[in-house]
Amino acid sequence: MPEPASTFGAGIDSIYYIILWITGAIFVLVETALIVFIIRYRHREGRVAAYSHGNKKAEIVWTVIPFILVLFIVYASNDIWLEVKRADQGGAAPADALPLRVVAKQFEWNVTYPGPDGELDTADDFVKRNQLHVPIGRAVRIDLGSEDVIHSFFLPDFRVKQDAVPGMTIPVWFEATRTGEFPLACAELCGLGHYRMRASLTVHEAADFDLWQSQEIAASGSPTGASEIDTERANEAEISEGEESA
Amino acid sequence: MSTTQLLAPNVTAQHWADPSHPDDRPFIRRYIFSTDHKTIGNQFMFMSLFFLLVGGALAMMIRWQLGWPGQPMPGGGVLPETMAPGGILLPEFYNSLVTMHGTFMIFFAIMPLLVGMFGNWLIPLHVGASDMAFPRLNMMSFWSAVPAGFIMLASFVVEGGAAGAGWTAYPPLSAVPEYSGVSTGQQLWCVSLIILGFSSLMGAVNYITTIVNMRAPGMTWMRMPLPIWSLFITAILILLAIPILAGAAIMLLFDQTIGTTFFLPEAGGQPLLWQHLFWYFGHPEVYILILPAMGVASEVIANGSRKPIFGYPAMVGAIVAIAFLGWIVWGHHMFQSGMNPLLGSSFMLSTMIIAVPSAIKVFNWLGTIWRGDIHFHTPMLNALAFVGMFVIGGLSGVFMASTPVDIYIHDTYFIVAHLHYVLFGGSLFAIFAGIYFWFPKFFGRMLSPTLGKIHFALTFVFYNLVFFPMHNLGLGGMMRRIYDPNQYGFLEPLQPMNTFVSVFALALGVSQLVFFFNILWSLWRGEKAPENPWRSNSLEWSLASPPPHGNFEAMPAVYRGPYEYSYPGRGEDFWLQGEPPDGGAVHAPTGGAPVGEGVPQ
Repeated sequence: MPEPASTFGAGIDSIYYIILWITGAIFVLVETALIVFIIRYRHREGRVAAYSHGNKKAEIVWTVIPFILVLFIVYASNDIWLEVKRADQGGAAPADALPLRVVAKQFEWNVTYPGPDGELDTADDFVKRNQLHVPIGRAVRIDLGSEDVIHSFFLPDFRVKQDAVPGMTIPVWFEATRTGEFPLACAELCGLGHYRMRASLTVHEAADFDLWQSQEIAASGSPTGASEIDTERANEAEISEGEESA
Repeated sequence: MSTTQLLAPNVTAQHWADPSHPDDRPFIRRYIFSTDHKTIGNQFMFMSLFFLLVGGALAMMIRWQLGWPGQPMPGGGVLPETMAPGGILLPEFYNSLVTMHGTFMIFFAIMPLLVGMFGNWLIPLHVGASDMAFPRLNMMSFWSAVPAGFIMLASFVVEGGAAGAGWTAYPPLSAVPEYSGVSTGQQLWCVSLIILGFSSLMGAVNYITTIVNMRAPGMTWMRMPLPIWSLFITAILILLAIPILAGAAIMLLFDQTIGTTFFLPEAGGQPLLWQHLFWYFGHPEVYILILPAMGVASEVIANGSRKPIFGYPAMVGAIVAIAFLGWIVWGHHMFQSGMNPLLGSSFMLSTMIIAVPSAIKVFNWLGTIWRGDIHFHTPMLNALAFVGMFVIGGLSGVFMASTPVDIYIHDTYFIVAHLHYVLFGGSLFAIFAGIYFWFPKFFGRMLSPTLGKIHFALTFVFYNLVFFPMHNLGLGGMMRRIYDPNQYGFLEPLQPMNTFVSVFALALGVSQLVFFFNILWSLWRGEKAPENPWRSNSLEWSLASPPPHGNFEAMPAVYRGPYEYSYPGRGEDFWLQGEPPDGGAVHAPTGGAPVGEGVPQ
């Protein structure tokens, strides 16, 4: 797994390692027993198998122990899960979060930025295709949607994955802990271009993010109501759609 | 357990209208439109093995593309331009490959092998009946599975190609041709599964009725061989789950063809409804695909260990518990779907609890071989591999059952690794074990043990070299169902591992030819099978191989449970269920040593 780059990444990984240790120990125990028994009790001349229908005490032991172990795993997992999903806040991102809107469609990610006023659906919004830029150390709230089929918003380094479902707006949040450029991938089969529905996530220092944002606004001319999403399929040329039937 | 008491018969003599007799039916009634459960079992075997080959060939193409992305596939030139121009697989064809590989393997290979083949082979013989309760329905069940399979196969050659929305067919992708590029193929996928659903339902009512009503006198519930328990519970799962799939498939077909919008959001439909319906069927389906395998493995392990099954009541209880819990865990396929996260928490709990009955089964298998007298015949080797591999598949399932860990590994190769450890390492090894075990009974010829052991060794080694590294691919972040991972910089370092997996996948595919050759060769040239080659206990082993039409000459009586191996004081280390307690000749112990340590605990 890549080194985590979000605030909750390490917590998720810690559960992974807890499960790895528990299941690893059971794996070694069971497979060793299997191999030892296979060798120890292999057929030889004169060997007679024990006549036994079981042992209640042993069976109770190996029912209760796994039960306790899985309850522990559930308990530990649920803590992190509710934290990641911010269940105590009804799923709402932290109040100071940077609001973004990501709308997936075959086969691109369209990101709406709030512009200098920090609010979506205002005149200074602007849209970037396949480029997600966020500042470090500030929570980001993404309203995730899809225009056509189900996609899945996957940021491997951030331990973020959320399906984008048409007809639904699903909240996603994370807070970056490292600057740099990271992959954004589609993780749900979404059609023939699924395998190249990729984008990049750039994490800036806070000041650099503001600089980037003002450059973008300057480059795109006046920040007019760009919140309506550019529906032109820019990568249409790449798509070999010869097989599509009418 | 009492071994001598003959419990009250639950079957009366008038059910026995049809004693075994020479088969004088004309060829077509005997081999093609047969109502004999043994013939239908054989037919299911040949049909499913054919589709196993098809599914395997599709997997080879998938692995070619992932091992050597964009390189022309050797022999790929024979494929039409719409699939692989110049032998280079197209992305849309790749999507069809992954979809149809999953569809064929699950619905037309593993499921009919476990349920159709073993169910027909074993149920009437194991319970002591002359045939199924409804022989004609049984014939119809097979003969509706065949057209379903060929409709599915035919979808490769219709315009637009075969279905390409994954075997889970999530709408809107599966519902709208403009999104997937596939129209007719996606509809044929629905039609085929609807027909197959009828086939499964006809089988299920037959199995349930036969097991409930047609057990021979003395065949009490707790004397039933474990394959029968597992098939009984499986049949109940099928009866309840398949209508949900068929209903969902009909809704999807309507969305595709007559303009309904069950799953399309434009007019108020809900894409997640499909996922709920599909997985409400789909998770019981997972247990439909593993419970009979567990039953078969239990039978073979007790036989190979020459020991009674450890904790028979717990084994039965675990089957029932797994089947029950299987109904309340479907949401774990949807942790990242946008479902309420609190629902995720409850589905995590129910999912994790399934680990408990699964663990009981594993420990009881270990308990069975413990202090046994293990004979490594080919069925036993495969059954032991089943246990070893099922453990890995079960433990890897704990990772994705944990909601936070699933965030990362959902829809990655970790899932692919897990499901193949369960379905190949689990189900398929048990299927191999069962075919090696019962082939002699139904075809009258032994399968070659030499070829069997070569096949086992190659399969076991290559299988692990293929599927274990997939865990690492998944942890590296590699998504499922992507045509070319190298589109992503972070996946490029995984290419050598992908090539490694592909090399051994091709080797695994080729080594299955040993198995198919063994079957074809043994059908004509195999050593003639005796009545009871494995010195086993259940009722079929006292009949000729193959048993005559109608099975038993007279109503069999059952005197004991199916796993009375190595009973102290008997000369032989097995004890047929139908052997009267006083009628069986008691020979001097042949094992030499007096049986001292083997007293019941």
